[in-house]
Amino acid sequence: MEKSTVFNNRLLPYLLLFPQLVITVVFFYWPASQAIWQSFLREDAFGLVSEFVGFENYTGLFAQPEYYKSMLTTAIFSTLVALLSLSIALLFASQADKNLKAAGAYKTLMIWPYAVAPAVAGVLWFFMFQPSLGMLSRPLRGMGIDWNPLLNANHAMILVVMASVWKQISYNFLFFLAGLQSIPKSVIEASAIDGARPMRRFWTIVFPLLSPTTFFLLVVNIVYVFFDTFGIIDAVTGGGPAGATTTMVYKVYADGRLGGDLGGSAAQSVVLMVIVIALTAIQFRYVERKVQY
Amino acid sequence: MALRQFGTAAAVAVSLAFAASPASAAIEIQWWHAMTGANNDVVNRLAEEFNASQSDYKVVPSYKGNYPDTMNAGIAAFRAGNAPHIMQVFEVGTATMMGATGAIKPVYQLMKDAGEPFDPKAYLPTITGYYSTSKGEMLSFPFNSSSMVMWINKDELKKAGVNDIPKTWPEVFEAAKKLKAAGHATCGFSNAWASWAHIEQFSAWHNVPIGTKANGLDGFDTVLKFNSPLHVKHLQNLVDLQKDKTYDYGGRTSTNEARFGSGECAIFLTSSGYYGTAKATAKFDFASAPMPYYPDVAGAPQNSIIGGASLWVMGGKKAEEYKGIAKFFTFLSDTGRQARLHQESGYLPITKAAYEKSIKDGFYEKNPVLQTPLKELTNKEPTENSRGLRFGNMVQMRDVWSEEIEAALAGKKTAKEALDTAVERGNAMLRTFEKTAK
Repeated sequence: MEKSTVFNNRLLPYLLLFPQLVITVVFFYWPASQAIWQSFLREDAFGLVSEFVGFENYTGLFAQPEYYKSMLTTAIFSTLVALLSLSIALLFASQADKNLKAAGAYKTLMIWPYAVAPAVAGVLWFFMFQPSLGMLSRPLRGMGIDWNPLLNANHAMILVVMASVWKQISYNFLFFLAGLQSIPKSVIEASAIDGARPMRRFWTIVFPLLSPTTFFLLVVNIVYVFFDTFGIIDAVTGGGPAGATTTMVYKVYADGRLGGDLGGSAAQSVVLMVIVIALTAIQFRYVERKVQY
Repeated sequence: MALRQFGTAAAVAVSLAFAASPASAAIEIQWWHAMTGANNDVVNRLAEEFNASQSDYKVVPSYKGNYPDTMNAGIAAFRAGNAPHIMQVFEVGTATMMGATGAIKPVYQLMKDAGEPFDPKAYLPTITGYYSTSKGEMLSFPFNSSSMVMWINKDELKKAGVNDIPKTWPEVFEAAKKLKAAGHATCGFSNAWASWAHIEQFSAWHNVPIGTKANGLDGFDTVLKFNSPLHVKHLQNLVDLQKDKTYDYGGRTSTNEARFGSGECAIFLTSSGYYGTAKATAKFDFASAPMPYYPDVAGAPQNSIIGGASLWVMGGKKAEEYKGIAKFFTFLSDTGRQARLHQESGYLPITKAAYEKSIKDGFYEKNPVLQTPLKELTNKEPTENSRGLRFGNMVQMRDVWSEEIEAALAGKKTAKEALDTAVERGNAMLRTFEKTAK
């Protein structure tokens, strides 16, 4: 009864929802359905020949050992990036939340990297760690480490993980800081009076109260590593060496844009979409239960 | 969709308005290219000179990003129905463009239709062969061409006690060991463009096939062949030398060319187009030499193949526009202009007459570095294995080949395994391409 009085006009709620729905349809459902349709076609780059091939793009995809390799690479890469960027950002945010002298400047500096475009971030890290000329690889070599991301798969992976983490810390930092500042000081002071040390206070009071933020960031970070990191990978390693940093989204880009294989690329993006939807669903189903709002 | 229709309607309205006005302007010819820096100036100057030479046509150059970007922009524009007239495409995109019958207008056809004087024999065969059918019909117009040469740091070689510039691979390996002993701990020799150096140029230079059907020039049903014992032996040599950095891998593209300019690598294989950068950055006495070869291979060295880009004419344009494009190509082929372009920019001349003029001018006595790629290209009459190559999906295939070379150099696969996999994966890509390019 009460709810129906809010909107007397039956059209008004739909009208208010309309702009958001249009954006979702135009920028998500429409391209996604295009991708699904295209994944059943085989086309040349110019779109002169277009043939319906059913599931051939998918069977072709799952017959490639490289595709399974890229799945494994993605699993390693996304776990590392999400874990590191979340934990480092939390560490920085909890330090910045203290009463510091130059807290403002410190916070601004922390947020800066977020304004850097992925490709620029990639080029930056590429130059710093370029094996023979990079300003950071020279000291590494001086210490006797044979730093060579051009050939060493682990070095290349470390490099793209560092660049992607560096890029994402700012965003996570911002949310963690806001989350920390919304925790009532009285709760923490009460536990301090009860004799809890800083570490114990953090893990038993602050961390659980921060869980909604952490959960939100986990979802956002997973989406970030799955979709937004190909610019960095393209600029830093180009997917190499020997495919060691070719993640699933980079393979979509490489096969579609560099290889002109639009059907195969579309099939890969459909698979990727299914995986991310499934991951997000799992997170909401199981992880969200532990969140204390 | 509605927006695009509106755009078309607007364009029609505007063009009608222009057609109606009596003082109709010159016919515009859109030229999309990928040239930056000094090369961009060359493009703009050519267009200006052509536009000043006559008043019927106006060539409008626009920069569209690097090679893959320009090609993708052109393809996207074609799909949207507004392709440029002329598009600059790098050599590895050749098969993709050729496969798009209907999207392009072959140059030999263009010149015939326009009635422009055109003799394919006037052009250097190793350059035009790359862009012609097996019958010798020229499909695209060569613009900027280069080849691969070995760059030498003469000062460092002298210090290391290497008195003659190495000619063969075994000599290069020996020289690299001496360089390493003389202080070049991180790099005896290296190269840019991994697959171009060790698969494509290597095969042509030794007169062995990269693939069947004359490296794909005679048909899309080509099969890759570069896992021969010679190829395996060469890669194995590199793998062995990589262990102590007598050879140090230099990546898939040109990003590590600076290792030569900085003096770190005293022997470096890369494009002859590196000349401008070398001149600007190298603070030592440098030279270019022909690529090394294995002396036990009969007939080696054969001739090298080209890299660079050519101009493709897009299909579906008006007859008078094609006439203008044909006139522009005749303008570009002029001997004096070609010789000047070559001598100023370091690009290879595309006509025989321009090469001969440069010799007569005494240009190479002062600039021997620029003659090395020409000597390589004209070393012998090209064979089936050295005319060029034409594989579909070549842009991505190069990455796949480089991936396997990297796997071998990192010790994850043997040289034989790596090349076998590269051939196998490459063949799968060729079959996909064959299905779409009918």
